[in-house]
Amino acid sequence: MKRHTTTLRATIAATLFSLSTILPATAGELTFWTWRQEDRAAYTELFRDFTAANPGIKVNFEAFAPENYNTIASTALAGGKGGDVLQARAYGVLEQFAKTGYYRKLDQASVPELANLPAEALAAETLRADGAVYALPYASQTLGLFINKDVFEKAGLTPPTTWAELQSVGAALKAKGITPIANGTATAWMDEVFAGIFTAPMLGPDFVADILAGRATFEDKRFTGALAHLLELRDLMPQGYTGIDYPTSQQLFLSGRAAMFAGGSFEIANFRKQNPKLNMDFIAPVAMQQGQPRYVAKFFDGGYAVNAQSPNQEDAIKLVRYMGTKAYGDKFAALLGNISPIKGVEIADPLLAKVAQLNAVSIPYIMAVHFRFQSPTGSELLSAGLQKMFAGQATPEQVGADVTAGIATYFTPFQKKP
Amino acid sequence: MRPGRALWIGVLLAPALATMLLFVVWPLLGAFADAFYSFRGLAPDRFAGLTNFQDVLFAEPWRSTALQALRHNLVVFATLLVAQNGLAFLIAFALLHALPLHRLHRVIVFLPVLLSAVIVGALWKLLLHPLFGAVNAALALLGIEGRPWLGDAQTALGSIMLANGWHWAGFPALLFLAAMQRIPREVFEAARMDGAGAFMILRQIVWPLVAQATTIIFTLTFIGSFNWFELPYLMAGLAGSPGGATDVLGLFFYRTAFGSVSSGLQDFGHGSALAVLMFVFLAASSAVALRFLRRREIEI
Repeated sequence: MKRHTTTLRATIAATLFSLSTILPATAGELTFWTWRQEDRAAYTELFRDFTAANPGIKVNFEAFAPENYNTIASTALAGGKGGDVLQARAYGVLEQFAKTGYYRKLDQASVPELANLPAEALAAETLRADGAVYALPYASQTLGLFINKDVFEKAGLTPPTTWAELQSVGAALKAKGITPIANGTATAWMDEVFAGIFTAPMLGPDFVADILAGRATFEDKRFTGALAHLLELRDLMPQGYTGIDYPTSQQLFLSGRAAMFAGGSFEIANFRKQNPKLNMDFIAPVAMQQGQPRYVAKFFDGGYAVNAQSPNQEDAIKLVRYMGTKAYGDKFAALLGNISPIKGVEIADPLLAKVAQLNAVSIPYIMAVHFRFQSPTGSELLSAGLQKMFAGQATPEQVGADVTAGIATYFTPFQKKP
Repeated sequence: MRPGRALWIGVLLAPALATMLLFVVWPLLGAFADAFYSFRGLAPDRFAGLTNFQDVLFAEPWRSTALQALRHNLVVFATLLVAQNGLAFLIAFALLHALPLHRLHRVIVFLPVLLSAVIVGALWKLLLHPLFGAVNAALALLGIEGRPWLGDAQTALGSIMLANGWHWAGFPALLFLAAMQRIPREVFEAARMDGAGAFMILRQIVWPLVAQATTIIFTLTFIGSFNWFELPYLMAGLAGSPGGATDVLGLFFYRTAFGSVSSGLQDFGHGSALAVLMFVFLAASSAVALRFLRRREIEI
């Protein structure tokens, strides 16, 4: 019986230990939740600076798998647990968390550093229903074309600036046995990125304005025409492109088997880590005609939110305030290779500085910025349609019609259209 | 029973029972309740009656997606039932005959069952890769042009079913083999003396006498096919690429309830309604099938 009692005690002790790991941090200690395990070293350094300026407040970094982060965070927050400060996603997902009351409202009284951020960045972390900001934005992302400079140099070619040049440069690369564009279409969300990049210069800001005002739908000829142009790129993509997924596309580019990769500025740090010798450039997508603006698509990645139930509100706010300073933005950009939206941030890295420059001629990444607030999201509809289109199972017109019909279930301006 | 012993048994059972109630029964009841609510953000808001069920069954785009996913589940079930289990039955019959190296073959047939779905998914994804895959390389040696097996709507679902068959065929084979080994040798000898050939023995003797194993295998295949998630998720992604060609109810449920990383939102109301419908369908169909299959079982 004594042995049984010992076993029971051991079980109870183990259970209590497990429970202790999910309890909130103690006073003077904050936990920071994120989906970016790969950023641990950078955040450790950033938090060291914070602790140096705020003695007695230590920040613990806790990362979770990106694909499960929303579920883990929402489950923990529903139970009154979770990190004191959380990395929050932007737009629709931010709204879901904010609407439920999981994040604390931030205003300039509690976080004066909000004034350091541009309105469009704050809009990404705002709940439209009450107009309040719920997270401090940390990065903008730009979608464009990665160039393997060594591959181009070796082939004696220069990166394209127009659609015609893209075709001729692509043909020349193919003739030399190099895949012109690394992207395949097997990973659905990446198809939206691919389309977002190449269609941005064709669509421009007027199309976005017309869509939002209900003057046009995605059945508009400007949109379906742009999708039709994408089909011309199939010849420049890898053999069997419908079966090439995102990681393979990245590897084709990194290994120099492909000359270009259509992707986001969020790839820069990862590409450098994977191949430090990679000599790359990041350019705006090609214009249809010489001299036309080469718009890039832009969006904001996420923000830092305070857990509304955190027992360490004061310290958590201190941390978020620090994350809104120029000093933090400078170091964030240097360590993580991302563009901080904080005003006046200095970007020393030449490639990143170039990305920041490209942002001056940009349009919003339309589905993420405007149609990811209700289901079915514009992103889900478009990526599914694009996969079918690239596989020859749907025409650009059908994709436009399906996207419009899906969005029309909640976007009233589209409902007025016959 | 002595009170001390009863108490000790109770103590031993309590953790398992508590775990079961906490992690199985409670979430099931929670999902059932969530299905009747509309959500404000991520929390239940208002009682919505049957609205979520109506949406999932009749409103677009849920309806089309659900129907397409259900159709794929049915195809998967029919294919695995006939091809995977048929092959397993033949393998078991071959192993029964104690052919040379049959012990080694038994291990080889069962070995993939021990692998995790993650390994199998990654392995087959690599084998079927359009650029670096061994399948296309082998076809090229024969002068046949390869294809993007997982990127072609015509072949994607079949490719994942092939991987599933490779992974799981050993399990029904082992069940069939165990059932076949229970058939008395005299039955086979009597049949042979009466002039029955191998096909006749297989059809008239073995097949009816392994009915109990067939019932178990049918039920497991049915439940497995409609809960199919790991392999399509690992090999084709949450969206059921390409263009929904590999979408099944499991993926559709996960996507709806938990959202996808870069494009979707969490929708627990509709996700729960979908889960409840799947549960009711599986439970009812399994009960009917079991009742039917039990009738043809023969006690040896």
